[in-house]
Amino acid sequence: MPIQFRRDVDQVLKDAKARQKPVLLDFSAAPM
Amino acid sequence: MWPDERVVRFVNQHFLPARVHVKEDPKDFKRYSERYSAPWTPTILELDADGVERHRVEGFLPADDFLAQLMLGLAHMAFKQEQWADAAQRFRDVLEQFPQTDAAPEALYWTGVTRYKATGDGASLKDTARAFTQRYQDSTWAKKASVWR
Repeated sequence: MPIQFRRDVDQVLKDAKARQKPVLLDFSAAPM
Repeated sequence: MWPDERVVRFVNQHFLPARVHVKEDPKDFKRYSERYSAPWTPTILELDADGVERHRVEGFLPADDFLAQLMLGLAHMAFKQEQWADAAQRFRDVLEQFPQTDAAPEALYWTGVTRYKATGDGASLKDTARAFTQRYQDSTWAKKASVWR
């Protein structure tokens, strides 16, 4: 199963703070 | 690097993954690339739970090198939080699991710094400098550690 990247970055940052978990933020140009 | 199963497992286990795509999300890409000073792709940032950047990978890397960099980032996060035992273990994991990658000499350097921060014992730095005479002699990190001899 591929990595389920989320696109709602601000919400991911909020979730990370709430869950005290790091974020992996990928700036990509790869074919989707 | 993304299709590698080990990378998938590691990312899913340790991170909340998010992506901004230069063509699919041009407004978001502009916004976040300015916020994090990341104008080039691929750029992968490891942010702590407060959204502070702790490590970055710019450009493609093969899976082993990429995994080592991800592990290095988590080690740096533990270091910044002064979780010395956790940081030391994570730096050692990089050294032991990916000794042939560019992350390894950096991990060796920071293993010494972490031991010093945890104990205040300057011998940790001297030991690290000595270790660099045996391996990774040509790395930037060996040069940085040479002042500790």
